[in-house]
Amino acid sequence: MRNVSAIFKRELSGYFYTPVAYVFLVIFLWLAGWFTLFLGQLYERRLADLEPFFTFVPWLYLFLLPAITMRLWSEERRNGTVELLMTLPISIGQAVTGKFLAAWAFAGCALLLTLPLVITVNYLGDPDNGVILAGYLGAFLLAGGYLAIGACISALTKNQVIAFVLAVVACLLLMLAGFKPVMDLVPESLSAVSETLAAIGLLTHFESISKGVVDLRDLLYFVTLIAFFLFANAVILEQKKAD
Amino acid sequence: MSTPMIEIQNLSKRFGSFVAVDGVSFQVGRGEVLGFLGPNGAGKSTTMKMATGFLSPTAGSIRICGLDMLADPLAAKSKIGYLPEGAPAYPDMTPQEFLEFAAAIRGLSGEQKRARVDQVIALVHLESHRHRPIEKLSKGFKRRVGLAQAILHDPEVLIMDEPTDGLDPNQKYEVRKLIKSMAVNKAIVLSTHILEEVKAVCTRAIIVNRGKIVFDGTPAEFEARAPKGAGEPAMDVVFRSLTTSDAVATA
Repeated sequence: MRNVSAIFKRELSGYFYTPVAYVFLVIFLWLAGWFTLFLGQLYERRLADLEPFFTFVPWLYLFLLPAITMRLWSEERRNGTVELLMTLPISIGQAVTGKFLAAWAFAGCALLLTLPLVITVNYLGDPDNGVILAGYLGAFLLAGGYLAIGACISALTKNQVIAFVLAVVACLLLMLAGFKPVMDLVPESLSAVSETLAAIGLLTHFESISKGVVDLRDLLYFVTLIAFFLFANAVILEQKKAD
Repeated sequence: MSTPMIEIQNLSKRFGSFVAVDGVSFQVGRGEVLGFLGPNGAGKSTTMKMATGFLSPTAGSIRICGLDMLADPLAAKSKIGYLPEGAPAYPDMTPQEFLEFAAAIRGLSGEQKRARVDQVIALVHLESHRHRPIEKLSKGFKRRVGLAQAILHDPEVLIMDEPTDGLDPNQKYEVRKLIKSMAVNKAIVLSTHILEEVKAVCTRAIIVNRGKIVFDGTPAEFEARAPKGAGEPAMDVVFRSLTTSDAVATA
């Protein structure tokens, strides 16, 4: 626990040593606002909810979250600090967990900063705040999924650009697996395929949570997804650390 | 020799078909300063990386203060201070922050942590640069940050990969003085390319070539192997004869 928290603190403050945190926050908030208010037509819809925000947030995450995770391990390997880290009395699992939690906490902060949107819809109308809360829970879990995938991929390469691109592609594939326009392409005779795709797809689970239906299976999906990729991250790191 | 604090037994490391370290065995006791010498690619760094638990060996065993590195890595690692080659550190942190991070993982906290960080910063003369980002520091200062990190928890075993590489003569002198002052109650292993350094700080020298130990003895014994009347520094002659001939199976 002590080790995880030491890694967590170092990593989280690391975002703020460099302009990464500020650039990310500004771009994220600006795009979130713009998507929700203009593209999502929050005002024109005349509905007091945040559906436009939760429709766009997975796509926003797709490109922004890999930017947070791309440096997580590749920079560590390039700088040689991985040798330092792995010779300190700390297990790989602790290091992986600490780094992931830092990235997740940072994404969580970015999400919290969109609170003015909640205040806006509450000022303009009378939204179901329970649904909005569920939406935020879903978005936070979704961010955790993306970050776990990105962190795992970052351990594969010393090159941050490669880490970024591969993470975007991996997340995109998992997103498209449950995306309606893609699902419509699967012929009806192959319903087993489309059911499987929907079951592993990120969006299917995110959408049901963000509609306000907090089902244990959806929560379990995200927990399993995160746990799986963190485990893979540790295995890959063990293999690749000295390359 | 007193009770060994580092025990390396038949250590081997293979990368594919390349044998980097080939059946290396040695022990280091308290009070010893072991100089690890050899040409580039001889397996010095690989041996050190295995001894510190970064690389897992293909075969062989490593015991640090009686603790098995492979069976109980965290306990063994907690006994070691390690300065990896090139003294890697997080470039965006300041020495102060970096050392506090390392101290936290070493289990120091609160007043104790602050006091110990202050102490090592004074030991390696880093006071003037403690709040500058490490990426802005010169090579000498960066090396000192790495050294400070390695001795932070006053480890019983200190392993340093080329601690004086890239330092100016004054800095080298300072680092050697520091190593000697710590030698009494530690087991120290350092690798170097400078033969003079072995004479200056080490109580014992091991020469490796092609992954094998080709000499193990005191610096004086090492020097004494030179033929009389050689026109250049005796150690250079011995080093070359040990590491350039193909069939070497001494030690």
